[in-house]
Amino acid sequence: MERAKLVLEDGSTYEGYSFGAWKSVAGEVVFNTGMVGYPESLTDPSYRGQILVLTYPLIGNYGVPSKERDADGLFKHFESERVQISGLVISDYSERYHHWSAMTSLSDWLAEYNVPGIYGIDTRALTKKLREKGVMLGKILCDREVDFEDPNQRNLVAEVSIEKPILYPRGETRLVFVDCGTKNNIIRSFLNRNITLIRVPWNYNLFDPALPSYHGIVISNGPGDPKMCRETIEQIRKAISLEIPIWGICLGNQILGLAAGGDTYKLKYGHRSQNQPCLERGTSRCYITSQNHGYALNHDLLPEDWEPWFINANDGTNEGIRHRAKPFMSVQFHPEATPGPVDAGVLFDRFLDKIQKSGVRTQSNS
Amino acid sequence: MKKVLILGSGALRIGQAGEFDYSGSQAIKALKEEGITVILINPNIATIQTSEQMADKIYFLPVNPYFVTKVIEKERPDGILLSFGGQTALNCGLDLDREGVLEKYKVQVLGTPIEAIRNTEDRDLFAKKLSEIHLKVPRSLAAWDLEEAVQAAQKIGYPIIIRAAYALGGEGSGVAWNPEELIELARRAFTSTPQILIEEYLKGWREIEYEVVRDRFDNCITVCNMENFDPMGIHTGESIVVAPSQTLTNQEYHKLREIAIRTIRHLGIIGECNIQFALDYKSDDYRIIEVNARLSRSSALASKATGYPLAFIAAKLALGYGLPELKNSVTKSTTACFEPALDYVVVKIPRWDLNKFKGVSEKIGTEMKSVGEVMAIGRKFEAALQKGLRMLDIGAIGLVGNDFTFKDIRDELERPTDKRIFAIVEALRQGYTVEEISYLTGINAWFLYKIQGVLALEDKIKKYTTLANLPREVLLEAKQKGFSDLQIAKILKTQELEVRKRRKELNIIPVVKQIDTLAAEYPSKTNYLYLTYNGETDDISFEERNKVIVLGSGTYRIGSSVEFDWCCVNTVFTLNKLKYNTIMINYNPETVSTDYDICDKLYFEELSFETVMDIYEKENPLGLIVSMGGQMPNNLALKCYRQGLNILGTSPLSIDRAEDRYKFSKLLDELGVDQPEWRELTSLEDAEQFAKSVGYPVLVRPSYVLSGAAMSVVYDERNLETYLSKASKVSREHPVVISKFIVNAKEIEIDAVAQNGEILTWAIAEHVENAGVHSGDATMIFPPQKIYLETVRRIKNIAQKIAMALKITGPFNIQFLAKDNDIKVIECNLRASRSFPFVSKVSKVNFISLATQAMMGKRIKERRLNLDFDYVGVKAPQFSFSRLKGADPILGVEMASTGEVACLGTDLYDAFLKSLIATGFKLPQKNILLSINSEENRYKLLESIKKLDNLGFHLFATEATSKFLHEHKIPNTLLCKIQESCQPNGLDYLVQRKLDLVIDISTGQPQEDEQAEYLIRRKAVDFGIPLLTNLQLTKLFVDSISRKKLEDLEVKAWDEYV
Repeated sequence: MERAKLVLEDGSTYEGYSFGAWKSVAGEVVFNTGMVGYPESLTDPSYRGQILVLTYPLIGNYGVPSKERDADGLFKHFESERVQISGLVISDYSERYHHWSAMTSLSDWLAEYNVPGIYGIDTRALTKKLREKGVMLGKILCDREVDFEDPNQRNLVAEVSIEKPILYPRGETRLVFVDCGTKNNIIRSFLNRNITLIRVPWNYNLFDPALPSYHGIVISNGPGDPKMCRETIEQIRKAISLEIPIWGICLGNQILGLAAGGDTYKLKYGHRSQNQPCLERGTSRCYITSQNHGYALNHDLLPEDWEPWFINANDGTNEGIRHRAKPFMSVQFHPEATPGPVDAGVLFDRFLDKIQKSGVRTQSNS
Repeated sequence: MKKVLILGSGALRIGQAGEFDYSGSQAIKALKEEGITVILINPNIATIQTSEQMADKIYFLPVNPYFVTKVIEKERPDGILLSFGGQTALNCGLDLDREGVLEKYKVQVLGTPIEAIRNTEDRDLFAKKLSEIHLKVPRSLAAWDLEEAVQAAQKIGYPIIIRAAYALGGEGSGVAWNPEELIELARRAFTSTPQILIEEYLKGWREIEYEVVRDRFDNCITVCNMENFDPMGIHTGESIVVAPSQTLTNQEYHKLREIAIRTIRHLGIIGECNIQFALDYKSDDYRIIEVNARLSRSSALASKATGYPLAFIAAKLALGYGLPELKNSVTKSTTACFEPALDYVVVKIPRWDLNKFKGVSEKIGTEMKSVGEVMAIGRKFEAALQKGLRMLDIGAIGLVGNDFTFKDIRDELERPTDKRIFAIVEALRQGYTVEEISYLTGINAWFLYKIQGVLALEDKIKKYTTLANLPREVLLEAKQKGFSDLQIAKILKTQELEVRKRRKELNIIPVVKQIDTLAAEYPSKTNYLYLTYNGETDDISFEERNKVIVLGSGTYRIGSSVEFDWCCVNTVFTLNKLKYNTIMINYNPETVSTDYDICDKLYFEELSFETVMDIYEKENPLGLIVSMGGQMPNNLALKCYRQGLNILGTSPLSIDRAEDRYKFSKLLDELGVDQPEWRELTSLEDAEQFAKSVGYPVLVRPSYVLSGAAMSVVYDERNLETYLSKASKVSREHPVVISKFIVNAKEIEIDAVAQNGEILTWAIAEHVENAGVHSGDATMIFPPQKIYLETVRRIKNIAQKIAMALKITGPFNIQFLAKDNDIKVIECNLRASRSFPFVSKVSKVNFISLATQAMMGKRIKERRLNLDFDYVGVKAPQFSFSRLKGADPILGVEMASTGEVACLGTDLYDAFLKSLIATGFKLPQKNILLSINSEENRYKLLESIKKLDNLGFHLFATEATSKFLHEHKIPNTLLCKIQESCQPNGLDYLVQRKLDLVIDISTGQPQEDEQAEYLIRRKAVDFGIPLLTNLQLTKLFVDSISRKKLEDLEVKAWDEYV
């Protein structure tokens, strides 16, 4: 049991024990209140640059599953190609794990990606601090001293996006999929619905004549400040003017909102959990959703022809927007789940219905 | 909706206990908030829900279609709630619907519609309904011959389980892994049954539950999921349960969650329900086992585990609210339409009382036998588990450090008993690997690794040999993994207080954390708290003043259940009214006292010396109330007092003088109060000599116990030694006393409240059964109907003398024997007794409120006499023998009932019959079997038997009784005893349910015929035939039915009497 510590920018220090990689790191400290799904969370690219605190105290119980890939080359059990967080902070680590699908321990898996973990921390006290003072910079100290570092100053999306386009051939409906740091399950959710995806880098020219024709655009989730994605916002603005159907998820909601003329701001401590209630405006329905975002959209600044689609039932923040007439819509939460509840999965179908109904066959070079 | 009827669940019994007081009480609160008039039917007089401040009108009547119909006719409610009173209320509702009562009186069923209830209750309909949406239930096929059996097994796939249809107690069942085994088993089964069921065998599959809430707008959430530590095959009520699930991946968790929601939507449930799954241990394959379309034991647990008030929300949804319209009652700012995030782990452990019963099997399995449960909260599984094991109050000090021994450890693992968890510890110690144990028990290895870790830590501590050597780091780790001071002391051969001192020197003290439903994501002012060593800072401050701590009653067990919760809650209510800051400590998830809106602070914690001290030192209150939660907190009085804690009310030194049999007997001698001759046990010879001099039978009893644990009547020298050693084992620290057992004496109790030794109010109640039947099993009449005024006066005077001698301030209870004109004291408790709610409600004088005021030093002028009423209350015991296969349903000095009911009537007979019916007793129509064991008893019952004959009953009798009846010209049919092979045989009559009532009176002494009598009693219970085994009770019963028919019984609300 090697000792390690977590230091926050306000000077507070939490002592615990090291697991995973023996390495000091700095990052932004955020907390997530989900009770299951650490393999999924830790590989979510939206956590890029962040030190993640899990409020559920018992972590590592069921180990980590295999690196099996599906026919499309995606990891079956992970949300991206690697562990994305900078560091992990928990209360109680289960050294001995057990599950029929487990291949390795959480500690070994973290070490494999050179990510440090620290356990034995009063994560509840830490969470309360982050809630009261807002997210903070912090560092896990193991082998050496490191400086605080604000990941939001970096273009994190560029770090986690892909290099060049990938085609996932399926049915006749084709969507361009802007990868700002997507979770694999968004891709799977479309492929399972027999949609052909053309996955492109975050700053790819969506009107590149080399692209095959497509029926709509999807903007994925991703890390950091949405305003960093200037190029993506520009592209989407153009797509709006061309009336190409657009759907955004998480960061995609913020990018669509910015492209439509809205504004974004940083939340005090974000929404990172699997139990966020989102009311669908104009109905009595409330969805329990999975979330991971530190920024939010201010929908009050949207033009008249746009409207909020979903509202967070707890704090009233924006959880989705849509155009009153045209096929542009986005959600702040994660309908693809993994981790978290799958209730909002139906929204994929609703977007695809829209495309079907809109009947527009968009030419990429039009 | 202006007027709504709520059906309660009646008496506590195995499988249906205190959780329904919690759910009913919440429903009442939810309805009253809306200005709705609430009518409640519940004969369980000891519940909180049947208190004045709760429902608008309360009927202490049986919850059955007959009485509920009568109340509906009278009250004409607009709506009815069926899902808050357990299976009793649900079944009653289905009957009322079937009989057209609800339609006739235009009573709307609120919440889940009747049809949906029916679809969940009927197994075939349920399977059909789920197949409509392609969900899996365990496959099951019926077979009438060998060929069909083989085909069915083929269809289902091996392994399969065979069950004989129409067989009781799982006779003729077995598991087959291949066709050869199947044929052999089936052949054997077909010899005793024409039809067998071939079912998919899910042994070792994980058992997972979800609590699901749905509103009429189709919003649907799962509030909590729970994982059973014990796999499929052990009833969830018999299993250790953990919340949230620990071994499920995201994929598994959300797959089951999605199926749960899809199922509940398809069934059309509105409100709350529970869904149980079997989940494979080697894949994510699943089966839906069942859906309970009502509040349940699991939902009560989930409410307490998460802080989400399921019953309250369910009641609101039944009224038509949508989930998003309702607020999270913990944060008060966020919505109720969310799923709680826990940042702790909860462990529930069942409490059994199997050693209270003669002849019952200790094996646990698919049928529920436990009588209560505990819930422990921690930030490590090990800590919660160890806490929970201590909370059971069965002598375990945690996972390790106990003295349980096992003869055949492998058998214990494969065929578990109520000691399974300790058997696992022992197996690990003997060198079994986690994999082997997991294979033998089906328990997920993750849980076993954690247990193994606790053993390893014990070894580590042991290596340091002394407390002084033990490094801070290891001591801290031990505390973090849930070791108690006592446990550490035992390992290091020192004293609990030494460990306490040492850890405080090292600054190892627990921190207080809140349960806030959102894992600290949102600010909340929650007062729902627990202690942990896995943390650095307290969530709360302790600066309030004027604080009083009330100790709760802990787990429900035989002898201590909802009645003490009523006492605790009323104490808190009174303290609130007196403007004190109230702090409750309790850990029973079935209770109202653990609802966080009852008190100012709720510590869901152990009622141990260590924990109470820790909380006391943090809170620094005015004092501690130990006299309301029954025997358990009472036992802490002296120890806490010696550490300087302020015990409110009667001095702990006086409590000790009353509890310690030796000291108390001496006190009575000093006061000149008569008592049965007694002697403190010093040696066997001494005991033998004493017994011989006063004459057998003698009563052996240990001190400081509740419900007569290890108390025995000894009839001869042969058995004296056995019982003496049993008694001294139960109470090692306290003396055992032997006294003369007086036969044929009447038992009378006084419940009273005193202040500085002066009695403020009192109530005297008489038992129907003679002494020898434990007071908790006795039928009680209040006010007494058949005792002399002189007796009353003498009892009152003795009580006053004792109160003065012990300077009692607060509640107390004294039990007396009355024979001829003699009054002897047999027991005195300086705490609230089981009958406090009963006498308080019958007299409408709240004894607990008075006692609390007295203890807080408020000067009370009123003096109340409680004898002269225009009505009678009768309290009757509820037994759960039918759940305890093999147990002998006979009454003795050790308590066996699991609950009680009480009804009011203008006369004794009316009240008595209603109480009896409220315990599930059906009035006989025609055939009665009599088996009366001694000539003396036959003569005593002769008049009653004549009355039965006059009433037109057809009497059957076993040999000696039959002969006796013939001698007295009472016509009867002779039935052979069960073990005799002659015809007509009693067994056939019982099996074919040709008998409406069995009266089996035995003398209680060991004798030759005991086995025959046992069989009659047991089979009567097995086949659901009403049984009377007590002579005085039988007499009263016959007197009652000769005067009253069912139609004559009054249907009157509480306030129409008082």
